[in-house]
Amino acid sequence: MTNKNKSEDKSKLAGVMDGTLNWVDARFPLTSNIKAHLTEYYAPKNFNFWYFFGSLALLVLVLQIVTGIFLTMHYKPDADLAFGSVEYIMRDVPWGWLIRYMHSTGASMFFVVVYLHMFRGIIYGSYRNPRELIWLFGVAIFLALMGEAFFGYLLPWGQMSYWGAQVIVNLFSAIPFIGPDVSEWLRGDYLVSDATLNRFFAFHVIALPFVLVGLVVAHLIALHEVGSNNPDGVEIKKLKDKKTGIPLDGIPFHPYYTVKDLVGVAVFLIVFSAIIFFAPEMGGYFLEANNFIPADPLKTPVHIAPVWYFTPYYSILRAVPPILNSQFPGVAAMGLSVVVFALLPWLDKSPVKSIRHRGGLYKAWLAAFVVSFLVLGYLGTVPSNVWGQFGAWMGGADRATVVARFFTAVYFLFFILMPWYTKKDKTKPVPERVTG
Amino acid sequence: MSDNQNDKQQAGSQSCGCSQVDLEKRNFLIATSAVGALGCAVAAVPFIKSMTPSERAKAAGAPVEVDISKIEPGSMMTAEWRGQPVWIINRTDEMTAELAKHDDQLSDPNGEVTSQQPAYCKNASRSLKPNIAVVVGICTHLGCSPTEKLQRGGDMGVNWTGGFFCPCHGSKFDLAGRVFKGSPAPINLVVPPHKYLSESVLLIGVDTEEKA
Repeated sequence: MTNKNKSEDKSKLAGVMDGTLNWVDARFPLTSNIKAHLTEYYAPKNFNFWYFFGSLALLVLVLQIVTGIFLTMHYKPDADLAFGSVEYIMRDVPWGWLIRYMHSTGASMFFVVVYLHMFRGIIYGSYRNPRELIWLFGVAIFLALMGEAFFGYLLPWGQMSYWGAQVIVNLFSAIPFIGPDVSEWLRGDYLVSDATLNRFFAFHVIALPFVLVGLVVAHLIALHEVGSNNPDGVEIKKLKDKKTGIPLDGIPFHPYYTVKDLVGVAVFLIVFSAIIFFAPEMGGYFLEANNFIPADPLKTPVHIAPVWYFTPYYSILRAVPPILNSQFPGVAAMGLSVVVFALLPWLDKSPVKSIRHRGGLYKAWLAAFVVSFLVLGYLGTVPSNVWGQFGAWMGGADRATVVARFFTAVYFLFFILMPWYTKKDKTKPVPERVTG
Repeated sequence: MSDNQNDKQQAGSQSCGCSQVDLEKRNFLIATSAVGALGCAVAAVPFIKSMTPSERAKAAGAPVEVDISKIEPGSMMTAEWRGQPVWIINRTDEMTAELAKHDDQLSDPNGEVTSQQPAYCKNASRSLKPNIAVVVGICTHLGCSPTEKLQRGGDMGVNWTGGFFCPCHGSKFDLAGRVFKGSPAPINLVVPPHKYLSESVLLIGVDTEEKA
């Protein structure tokens, strides 16, 4: 075949492809959507390391859904069979151990990337006007994710599954007046039982995944409507090329950021695989030892701790003492510690968005918050008598409880005082364009 | 696209010719929406109700009979009622005497929170018979099951006079299930409804008829 013939064939093929594309485009907005969300979606050119975690969260979501579908092919949501069916997946189902460990490790990695993604939003002020709704959708995703993780953790029907669910469902009993009825309704029985397992399975595999995917779509639609923030916190849409109307500091998401994100994906998958193959239980932090014992309603494990991603809030729950014979204040404080993130767009009164242009006062408060979050996270994994007791001068109180109370106060002060210290903070001038 | 919409809107307002509101139509729409919303709310009831305990779960919550003749003084046994552990403790006379001595360390020594025990057990030993205590072994903090520490001292320290310790969050209870001050648990353990069918047979889940 001559060269001429080859190129003719090529152009013929191209013609057929064009024709097909035109046929589709006349019936479905394919090309226009690819342009709007990928090839002509202009993102700031100065994205850094922190901008990997949004796309990584999407990757983990897909991984969880795919591995989850394959797990449901073998899992049995029945109190008598559940524990055995998980062991069956681990031992007898071909490659079942891999799929199960991908799913259980994926749950923890989901929270790792989501926490880093949220921290990115906080340091660069990505929640500020005009991105408040993106942030609110994000907080809703975080709540749905916590629910998803909680319901999923009951399914292996191990001791920690069982007693963890018992503790969390009983939190609702603390609500004044309607509490006990609400927790009975959630359990569908007088104790956590087969009825509870069956409905948690339904929530975990169908109800919440739907909600989660819907919220992620809303999160992305809102993002692509207003455009991405960046490490400088300047709006790239303010300065556009006069001829093309393209932001001067914008580059098309595809190919620039798809390629960048692929590097992040590669690094992430290396870490992810290393955990799956070498430390799937992560020393008891990703999968707790007690969960390899079948659930026993008559015997509480010696030490109940939630999985690591819930421990900061759990510490807050334990730190707040009962008031007027009611443990509701602790439960309310725990709920508030999660939901309070939603208020950030309205608490932050600073004239600048990014930490790059903020002063020392804000940075000090942020550092205090990060330390509180980590200390509370650690304390939530250990019993409250881990550091022994103070002497009589403190009434013999547990040292760890007093420390947890202090950091709970710091945690909430970060939010409560934010309108004050962000206004008072000595900010630096914000550049006209991104600095790279 | 947007031009088209503008055209349509203009055409619409022209055909109306003014900005008058058709109140009759509006009221009809409001009434229809309200009835629709009500219908949705009513339709939600079966779904919400379907999540309450089923007839089978209710049947499994029936009373249980327990033979308590084999519990040695100073020890206890655990029965199961509605899937919950129910402790039956045979207190020695010394243990029973001890109950009156530490009222000042307790949050609610006299059982003032009446939901935690039936009226016939609102007494010094929180029991029908002074020596036999019947208590639901579920911590009132967050529903863990405390561990028995019936004997004095031991790993609980020299001041410990016997009782229960919750491993989850460190709540402490005495041998009548009364909570010590400073525990995360706000109130005493629950004494379930129970009655004696004979000297040694206990029925858990049914109240003792009050004597007139």
